[in-house]
Amino acid sequence: MGAPTDAVHAKRVVERLYTSESIADVDYTRDLGDPGQFPYTRGIHASGYRGKPWTMRQFAGFGTPEETNERYRQLLKEGGTGLSVAFDLPTLMGRDPDHELALGEVGKCGVNVASLADMEVLFDGIDLGAITTSMTINGPASIILAMYVVAAEQRGTDVRALSGTIQNDILKEFIAQKEFIYPPRPSMRLVTDVFAFCAEHMPRWNTISVSGYHIREAGATAAQELAFTLRDGIEYVQYGIDAGLDVDAFAPRISFFFNSHSDFFEELAKFRAARRIWARVMRDRFKAKSPRSWQLRFHTQTAGVSLTAQQPYNNVVRTALQAMAAVLGGTQSLHTNALDEALALPTAEAATLALRTQQIIAEETGITDVVDPLGGSYYVEALTTALEKEALEYFANIDAMGGMVPAIERGYPQREIAESAYRSQKAIETGEQVIVGVNRFTADGETPISTLYIDEEAQNRQLARLEDVRRRRDAGRVRTALDALEAGAMNGTNTMPLLLEAVRAYATLGEMCDSLRKVWGEYVEDAII
Amino acid sequence: MHQRIRVVIAKPGLDGHDRGAKVIARALRDAGMEVIYTGLRQTPEQIVSAALQEDADVIGLSILSGAHMHICPRVVELLKEKGLSGVLVVVGGIIPDSDVPKLNAIGIEGIFQPGTPMQTIVEFINRHARARVAADS
Repeated sequence: MGAPTDAVHAKRVVERLYTSESIADVDYTRDLGDPGQFPYTRGIHASGYRGKPWTMRQFAGFGTPEETNERYRQLLKEGGTGLSVAFDLPTLMGRDPDHELALGEVGKCGVNVASLADMEVLFDGIDLGAITTSMTINGPASIILAMYVVAAEQRGTDVRALSGTIQNDILKEFIAQKEFIYPPRPSMRLVTDVFAFCAEHMPRWNTISVSGYHIREAGATAAQELAFTLRDGIEYVQYGIDAGLDVDAFAPRISFFFNSHSDFFEELAKFRAARRIWARVMRDRFKAKSPRSWQLRFHTQTAGVSLTAQQPYNNVVRTALQAMAAVLGGTQSLHTNALDEALALPTAEAATLALRTQQIIAEETGITDVVDPLGGSYYVEALTTALEKEALEYFANIDAMGGMVPAIERGYPQREIAESAYRSQKAIETGEQVIVGVNRFTADGETPISTLYIDEEAQNRQLARLEDVRRRRDAGRVRTALDALEAGAMNGTNTMPLLLEAVRAYATLGEMCDSLRKVWGEYVEDAII
Repeated sequence: MHQRIRVVIAKPGLDGHDRGAKVIARALRDAGMEVIYTGLRQTPEQIVSAALQEDADVIGLSILSGAHMHICPRVVELLKEKGLSGVLVVVGGIIPDSDVPKLNAIGIEGIFQPGTPMQTIVEFINRHARARVAADS
């Protein structure tokens, strides 16, 4: 095969051979450093995975909180070491299950959580002080975090001991995933409210997971994923500082989330470049003093978009290779996709096989014995430097626009990504980019695999519980809490304590979001093609 | 009165994954069609009303959330109510095999599951919508 020319490598030529000349400009101490040393290109821990293996965190959620709770218990029993909640679209959009837009969507893409009553069931029988939980939600992130906190309080778990992550990354929603509620600027206020609240009350909680995953899935190249994600990170730090927070008080709790796609070396170089860029940004641009502010910690998920409906067993192999790239890149936690996810949410068997893939890498391959085993490879170091350079070029463009919020408002990252997505699809159709089983080595008459089917029962059960909650709660207390929330949104008080009170009163997710919608309105994006 | 096939590409439901919708919109435009993209979170009512206003020959629905069995029948029903039964409805996204016959039964033949080449969709629309355009002009 010749040099790839698809969108992923739009600007970068891959040479036949890399030599010491390819990395003549790389200075070990300045640009790499030993693992645990600035700029952390080789990893943030001196001991690598010998000290602590990555967390095997499988993203899961479907139907009712009861069904999802059962899947969590299964994943923990099979050796999973952290939980990761997938919410359905009504929850992600801040709508109760009885809203007209929720019709047909309840429990389909994740679990439905409409009030504290659902959160109680979701983690029933699971010790919140002993596990770490990641929750993938953005528009209503602070509301869901408040529900988790109150669920822990009710059982007597020390809130300061809670550990986990709330995604809370609204910028990439505007850029890629499009699950936004309010306009960008008030949305950023909710994010910094979480930073401030957690800095004081939840020292072990990751207040944001700045996500490239969805940016990549929407069509970005590796360099675009790296650039837009880290530039989003810069925007959050700037907003935190502008909100009056000390950078070293909140920056150490910022975490990241990347995609691991199919171009093996490019991916693992991307992770290494991300650490180097972030360390320099935090120390030099923001003058952070704490090494913990300089260290980029990240979660990785293998590329959902690389999964094919055709010959689905091929996906096991793709996922294993992508997972290896993430491990070689030094990820702190990992989700491996299941083979059936181009077709549906995974069956229990497929989800277990995905977890086994990680366990085989961790226990059988020997990859975990050595920290950054590919450090010093001519190709890997040259690629790391090239990706860093490409990302910094994007930073300059976005800085010139006044930052990521203005860049988003004018549709810049959205357009860049749509362009890459179209180029990539064309490359697949011309056969320039090979996808085994899709445009080469295809087969006729494949036997369909069995997939998970979510019926309408989840919707009925969620509607029944919602009605029950509304009947049993103290309506006066709910009204008072919602009024206080609305007033707080207007006058600039931190919204987190107000949300905690509304959650304790069993206000619903939709009601809390409506209070904020009244103040801030809803965001409608320009349809760009 | 128009010569070129006019297509409304719509994203109904709450799902914001618009990569497919945008890629298809561009592919149809590059194939010489006139494409109107509605943007996100359109109700069936809004979609049909856009089709009416735009004098569309085709409505392309992109649905990845699993809500297709709620949305597609509603769009077909509203088209009938408005006397727009001649509008070709096609749907792309995560549509399980088991739902394909159910969608066929309400008159939707163009169902494009994951991995469908853009060219297949262009050809399908060209084949099925040309008659309408010819009759119109």
